[in-house]
Amino acid sequence: MSLELRNVGWNAGFKKIISDVSLRVTRGEFLGVIGPNGSGKTSVMSVLGGIRAPSTGQALLGDQPMKKIGRRNLARHIGFVEQQADTIDRITVRDAVALGRTPYLSLLTPWSGHDDAIVCEALASVEMGPFADRMWHTLSGGEKQRVHIARALTQQPDFLLLDEPTNHLDIHHQLGLLELVRALPVTVVAALHDLNHAAMFCDRIAMMDGGKLIALGTPEQILTSQNLRDVFGVAADIEIDDQGRCHIRYRAGSQKTGPIKKDRVA
Amino acid sequence: MFETSPVQQPVQPPGQSLAGRAYLVRAGVSIGALVLLVGVIAMAAAKGETHIPLGTVLQTIANHLWQAGYDVDPIDAGIIWNYRISRAMVAAACGASLALSGAVLQALLRNSLADPYLLGISAGASTGAVSVAILGFGAGMVSLSLGAFVGALVAFGFVALLAIPAGRGAGAIILAGVAGSQLFNALTSFIVTKAATADEARGVMFWLLGNLSGVRWPDVYLALPVAVIGLLVCLWYSRALDAFTFGVESAASLGVPVRRVYVVLIAIAASMTAVMVSIVGAIGFVGLVIPHAARFFVGTRHGFLLPASALIGAVFLVAADIVSRIILDGQVLPIGVITALIGAPAFAIILCHGRVLR
Repeated sequence: MSLELRNVGWNAGFKKIISDVSLRVTRGEFLGVIGPNGSGKTSVMSVLGGIRAPSTGQALLGDQPMKKIGRRNLARHIGFVEQQADTIDRITVRDAVALGRTPYLSLLTPWSGHDDAIVCEALASVEMGPFADRMWHTLSGGEKQRVHIARALTQQPDFLLLDEPTNHLDIHHQLGLLELVRALPVTVVAALHDLNHAAMFCDRIAMMDGGKLIALGTPEQILTSQNLRDVFGVAADIEIDDQGRCHIRYRAGSQKTGPIKKDRVA
Repeated sequence: MFETSPVQQPVQPPGQSLAGRAYLVRAGVSIGALVLLVGVIAMAAAKGETHIPLGTVLQTIANHLWQAGYDVDPIDAGIIWNYRISRAMVAAACGASLALSGAVLQALLRNSLADPYLLGISAGASTGAVSVAILGFGAGMVSLSLGAFVGALVAFGFVALLAIPAGRGAGAIILAGVAGSQLFNALTSFIVTKAATADEARGVMFWLLGNLSGVRWPDVYLALPVAVIGLLVCLWYSRALDAFTFGVESAASLGVPVRRVYVVLIAIAASMTAVMVSIVGAIGFVGLVIPHAARFFVGTRHGFLLPASALIGAVFLVAADIVSRIILDGQVLPIGVITALIGAPAFAIILCHGRVLR
C-alpha cells in the first residue's frame, strides 16, 4: 500500500493554495512536511488524507485514485489528526477514541467486544489507558492530542497523518508526543513547525514554499543554511552530531541582517 | 496496524460495571419516558374544561382500538377521542419532531444555540400564514396550514440558496438562517401592520405562538408518520452525527460522507419542522432546550440522545398543552407561552443540578 500525490494542485475558490505537488510516501517512514506559515502544509496534508479532493492532478492510495476508493474505505487506511480539534460535548476519553471505529461499523456490524479491545489497545499505546473514563474537557492539551492519536489508531490505519501535532504543547510534551509517534508501527506523515523536531524525528523531509514542494530528501539534505535563509528567511548554523543527526542553531538578530522575505499571504 | 504498544501498560478492561450501569440508566430513562408519554396522553384526555375520569378515558380508547364494547357516555367518548386524544397525539408528534430537529442541527452545526427555527422555517411559515389569513392568497381555496407550509419551504429554500455561495459551512448556514428569518419576520410584520384588523392581528399572534385547538385526526395522520419517519432517518445517521463531535473535517477523516449527511439531515429537520409549524404554529423553546435536557440524562451519543430527545420532547409538549388548557378558567393560553414559562425555569434547574454533579 502506498500513498502518493501526482502533480496535485488545490484551489480555495479562485485562489491557488498549492500547485504541482508530487510526492510518494514510503512504507514505514516518518515523513515531515515543513515550510513557513501559509506555504500550503495543511492543504497538502488534507489532500493526502483524502479530506479535500485535488483541484488538479491525482491523489492515489495503493495506485488507485482516492476518488474511486470512497471515503469510508479511505478511513480504514488513513488516520488523520487535525490541528487542535476540540468539542463542547461532554464525552469520555473512551467515547472519543471509539469514534475511530466509525468506518468499520454499520447496522449489520454493530459495536462488539472486538472494537472494545481495539480501543483499549489504542489507549494503551498512547499511554492514556488510566484516563479512559475521564471527561474530555478535564484533559490538558497534551493529553487531548494523545487521545486524538489514539482515535486515529483505532481506525487501524496504514498511514497516520498529523497536522502540527505539537502546537501549543510545552517542550516536554512536544518531544514526548513525537517520540511516541515515532515508536508506533505505522507510516507517519507530519506537518511540523519546529525544524529541530523535524531534524530529530524525520526520515525524510518535504519542504514547502509558496504552495509548491521545493525539496524532498533526508534532513541533512534539506536542512541547510542556504535553504533556511531562502525559505524561512533566517540565518542559522547547522551542526551534524556523531550520529549523523543535524541540529540547527539560529543566529540572533538574523531577521535584520538576512535578506528581506517577500510578503506571504497566510 | 499496531499490534504491539511501545510502552506496555496495564490495559483497563472496557469498564464493564461503569459502561453497564450507564447502559442501564439510559435504557431505564428511555422506557420511563415511554411509559410517561402514554400516561401523559391519557392525562391529556382526562383533563380540560370538563373533567372526565381516567377510567372512562381508558374505556373509550379500548372501545376504539379493540371494539371492547364498554358502556361510555357518547358525549364523553366524543370529547375524548375526537378532540383530546387527537390533540395530544399531534402535540406528542410535534414535540418529538421539534426536539429531534434541534438535536440534529445542534450536532451538525456544532452550535448549542441551534434550533429548528434557525433555518428560517418559523419566519417563513408565519409569512405564509398571514399571506393566506390577511392578504387572502389562494382565494379561500388554500388553508392556513398549506400557506404556512409553502411559506416555510420558500424561506428554507432562500436560506439554503444564501448559505451555498456563502461557503457551505456551519457558520454560513447559521448566518444565512438569521438573515432569512429577519427578512421573513419583517415581511410578516409589514403585512400585519398594513392590512390586518385588530382581530385578525390577535388571531395571527395566537397562531404564531402555537395553537393546538383546531387539531383533529387528519392532522394526526400527517404529523405522526412524519415524526416516526424523521426519527428513523435520523437514527440511521446517528453514528455519522457522533462523528461530527470534533467538527466537519474530523467527521470526513472518519469516513463520513459529510455533504450527503448535511443535505439529508438538514432536509429532514426542515421538513419535519415545516410540517409541524404548519399544523400548530411556531412553538418555541422545545427544539432548543429539550436536546440539552436530554443530554443531561443520557449523554451525548446520538444512538441514545435522539430517541431520548424525541420522547422527552413529546412528553413535554403534551404536558404543556394540558397546562395551557387548565391554567386559566375558560380560556386557552397559546402553548408557546407555556413551553417557555415552564420550560425556562425547569431548564435552569437541570443546568444547575448538572453543574453540581460535575
